[in-house]
Amino acid sequence: MVIYGVALLSICMLAGVILGELLGAAIGIEANVGGVGIAMVILVLLVDYLKRNKKLDIKSEEGMGFWGAMYIPIVIAMAANQNVVAALDGGPVALLAGVVTVFVSWALVPLLSNIGKDTSSFSEEEIGGTENVRNIK
Amino acid sequence: MFEILSDTFSDNGLIVSFALVGITIYFSYILSDKLTRGRVHGSAIAIIIGLLLAYIGGVNTGGDQGLADVGIFTGIGLMGGGMLRDFAIVATAFGANLDEIKKAGLPGLVSLLTGVIVSFVVGVFIAFAFGYTDAVSLTTIGAGTATYIVGPVTGTAIGASSEVIALSIAAGLIKSILTMIGTPFIAKYIGLNNPRSAIVYGGLMGTTSGVAGGLAATDPKLVPYGAMTATFFTGLGCLIIPSVLFLITRTIVG
Repeated sequence: MVIYGVALLSICMLAGVILGELLGAAIGIEANVGGVGIAMVILVLLVDYLKRNKKLDIKSEEGMGFWGAMYIPIVIAMAANQNVVAALDGGPVALLAGVVTVFVSWALVPLLSNIGKDTSSFSEEEIGGTENVRNIK
Repeated sequence: MFEILSDTFSDNGLIVSFALVGITIYFSYILSDKLTRGRVHGSAIAIIIGLLLAYIGGVNTGGDQGLADVGIFTGIGLMGGGMLRDFAIVATAFGANLDEIKKAGLPGLVSLLTGVIVSFVVGVFIAFAFGYTDAVSLTTIGAGTATYIVGPVTGTAIGASSEVIALSIAAGLIKSILTMIGTPFIAKYIGLNNPRSAIVYGGLMGTTSGVAGGLAATDPKLVPYGAMTATFFTGLGCLIIPSVLFLITRTIVG
């Protein structure tokens, strides 16, 4: 049933948020530490388990799929909710701090994406590595 | 007549917001098709329209919740609020691949730590360039540059003035909004097209709303990976900025 999927989702979220609050309290800060992230990990593990044991029917999956699909509309509503006026009122310090950070972080994405990448994989050796090929060109 | 209309809208806030967002997305996709020939994703245009509406709402009401402060659109606050946003983010994990997450564990962790520290340092330098020299103000502005939640949490903890806290929130909001708008445009230049780079992206940028909105407008398949690491960013920031990074800043500026 559709509600099973929605309920499963809700239970995962509540469990994650509670664990995040506990984690925050344990290290002495007043913030939820990764609650949503923990909930996502729980959900991924649970769905993986249920699928392997064929316990997840299509209707339950639809219940979860619906909320996943509602994600973009919700993000658009969230955008309409932002305190854009305050952001622009912050003046040059806030503007510059925000903009420069975003650009510096963007520049770091390609560097960090390569960490721990399996560079010596057989298929890449075979074709001589894609990067070297590009350099020669 | 007008009263009946406005009463109906106020009484059914959430339903009004479903209709409003649906219509916005419909026109955004038409604009995307006709004006940019699909080059700018419909969701990106819808997010920009959302931000414009938030600006109009904020200017007209003086409130801090954008369009949601306008009486008949309060439902937008519920639909786009933290509860449903987090619920929908968790739901996107339903389509995530367990192996991809396992493989990106290390780069995810490194990017989280790098992201918090880099954002903080950039914020501190810019605050310093604008004449802030005390450790408390510098740390608070640096914290706000991490995310607009870390800013006030840090500022309150170390006793910053309310003016500096407001500034730190503004810096975080700018970061979040620019990430929402800019991600789809920058994606192809930074290789943001696979789960691994999305996980790194979430860890580096850290703003959950920014990453969530930005990735949604880039490629919805990447959302769960980026959102997963981004949700740890604020917690990590609240942990290390008022403690370790504050002490380091205080030692340096004296």
